[in-house]
Amino acid sequence: MTDILVYVPDSGKHAAEVLTLARSLGDVSAIAFDDAAASLASEYGAAKVYRVNAAGIDDYFVAPKATVLTDLARQVSPSVFLLPSTDEGKALAARVAVVLDNGLLTDVTGLETDGTARQDIFAGAIIAKSKLAKGFTLATVATGATAAAPAPAEAPVETVEATVSEDDQRVKVAESIDEPAGDRPGLAEADVVVSGGRGVGSADDFALIERVADALGGAVGASRAATDAGYYPHKFQVGQTGTTVSPQLYLAAGISGAIQHRAGMQTSRVIVAVNKDADAPIFGMADFGVVGDLFQVLPQAAEEIEKRK
Amino acid sequence: MNIVVLVKQVPDSGLARQLDAQLRVDRNGANNVMGELDEYAVEAALQLKEAHGGEVTILTLGPDQATETIRKTLAMGADKALHISDESVAGSDALATSKILAAALGRFEWDLVIAGAESTDSGMGIMPHLLAARTGVAAATGARKIDVDGTAVNVEHQRDNGYDVLTTQLPAIVSVWDTINTPRYPSLKGIMAAKRKPIETLTVGDLGIDAAEVGAAAAATEVLEAADRPPRSAGQIVTDEGEGGRALAEFLAAEKFV
Ligand SMILES: Cc1cc2nc3c(=O)[nH]c(=O)nc-3n(C[C@H](O)[C@H](O)[C@H](O)COP(=O)(O)OP(=O)(O)OC[C@H]3O[C@@H](n4cnc5c(N)ncnc54)[C@H](O)[C@@H]3O)c2cc1C
Ligand SMILES: Cc1cc2nc3c(=O)[nH]c(=O)nc-3n(C[C@H](O)[C@H](O)[C@H](O)COP(=O)(O)OP(=O)(O)OC[C@H]3O[C@@H](n4cnc5c(N)ncnc54)[C@H](O)[C@@H]3O)c2cc1C
Repeated sequence: MTDILVYVPDSGKHAAEVLTLARSLGDVSAIAFDDAAASLASEYGAAKVYRVNAAGIDDYFVAPKATVLTDLARQVSPSVFLLPSTDEGKALAARVAVVLDNGLLTDVTGLETDGTARQDIFAGAIIAKSKLAKGFTLATVATGATAAAPAPAEAPVETVEATVSEDDQRVKVAESIDEPAGDRPGLAEADVVVSGGRGVGSADDFALIERVADALGGAVGASRAATDAGYYPHKFQVGQTGTTVSPQLYLAAGISGAIQHRAGMQTSRVIVAVNKDADAPIFGMADFGVVGDLFQVLPQAAEEIEKRK
Repeated sequence: MNIVVLVKQVPDSGLARQLDAQLRVDRNGANNVMGELDEYAVEAALQLKEAHGGEVTILTLGPDQATETIRKTLAMGADKALHISDESVAGSDALATSKILAAALGRFEWDLVIAGAESTDSGMGIMPHLLAARTGVAAATGARKIDVDGTAVNVEHQRDNGYDVLTTQLPAIVSVWDTINTPRYPSLKGIMAAKRKPIETLTVGDLGIDAAEVGAAAAATEVLEAADRPPRSAGQIVTDEGEGGRALAEFLAAEKFV
């Protein structure tokens, strides 16, 4: 079978998706820097886990991890090397590509055994098939490319001892601030996302979006117009420069459906829109839409949902 | 402090965009604009110059018409520009692009390079790290805030769930998100002044790079085919006449979300 190398950053849904996709292509060797990532790799069918021990590696930004990944890629010489398409995954892939003088594909939404990748370009308006004409297939995988499916296995673990070189210590992570997530599911991981846009009109009125989200057990999202206006914190922004989501249900209220917003939610399974403008582009992609005032429609919907629960 | 801003001209992301017959981004339309995130990079550079002095130089790799984008950055307040324009570059992959930009950066003295976090056409979001790997310079990317204090650089690196404070020393490469500032509009005075600001134009040969190392023939990536995304099947749209919320709840119940 083909050798597939996978960088597993954590135990999140995106990492599980990348492992699931990798497994469909061949035997997976996972690279993990902590125990949570290593056990996810086993749970999602890795045939082998490289468990890297490198004291202090998290104190430095990207460079030392890139060195470890480059060294492992050199040693394993895989036919495919996959990383999640996160800021970190892309930065790592870029550095591996330069050092190994190998091309790279970013944000692939699918990958076949012959190395043909699918890329959704121009905010998803065009779907391209591409591949690397030389070298091994180095690619970062977009979130939602595949549904994560566990395949528990007792993967043998090989411990890799690494040190952080002086060259790789140039950028220090001085502080790492996690903003409180609250009680709702994380935006990127949620099965249901209820988002509000400029049409919500104020920070106070986002309580209505929260009420609908809570009735459905979902996360709250927002358009950039809403985050720019200060209605809701930026970390909840969905779209090209926010979070990409791919939930079972995406409900957009008071959002017009600009291309940069669609880029972050168009792979959602079911899309529902509430907007008072019947010509809003969001209706063009909605499975169900209500043309109406969200201040009339959402309270009634929330009440009905709460009643049926 | 001398700052180089990497600016790419792209087709307007708010309008319909296409690939040409060779499956490359169609840049011949009239809809070219400055990479929407690069505007934030230019603004960040101008603010740092206002605080610390020095010069802002724009570096662009792109066809002749990218001059229009360069003029806009000069009108915003950048001092001068280097434009790499060469037919042989068409069809380059990201690695070749970074090779050219790295060579161009080697032509002058700078303290800080600022890029957009990603271009708004191909949007790979990797150029700063490709350049860092090529030049050995520190890269602190994805900034929602940048401070320079003497030779120390502090960057708030934006994450989905918070941020990291990154610290490094000049020289450094940073990239910025749209949360960092509000880009200024060029003033009339700025537009007039821009006409007299110098734009140096070079080919890849001038940078000491063989044309055979760049362009479509040298690219590791190959686009095989492309097609429009199939439209989602038309949904059911109802107009609220007092029962819209209930109809919505019923749809969600039928889909088993309730
Ligand atoms: C359908 C399609 C798919 C492609 N897929 C791939 C692929 O998977 N792999 C690959 O290697 N190439 C690919 N390419 C080619 C790739 O888009 C270009 O090589 C491009 O140079 C990569 O940079 P980017 O715009 O994505 O840069 P990013 O890394 O997104 O750019 C970040 C920042 O770097 C700066 N910058 C980027 N380019 C320039 C420039 N020319 N001049 C000045 N500053 C710049 C800007 O500040 C920009 O905001 C693809 C092209 C197409 C049409
Ligand atoms: C580089 C770049 C990156 C970007 N990244 C993102 C991104 O990540 N995410 C993002 O969302 N945007 C992004 N944008 C911005 C994007 O172009 C749009 O401006 C933004 O998505 C608009 O948000 P909106 O739909 O809430 O506002 P609008 O477009 O103003 O739409 C508001 C909608 O609310 C409706 N409405 C108003 N009142 C009511 C009511 N009472 N009841 C029902 N409906 C009502 C209106 O009919 C309208 O359709 C980006 C733009 C650029 C240039």
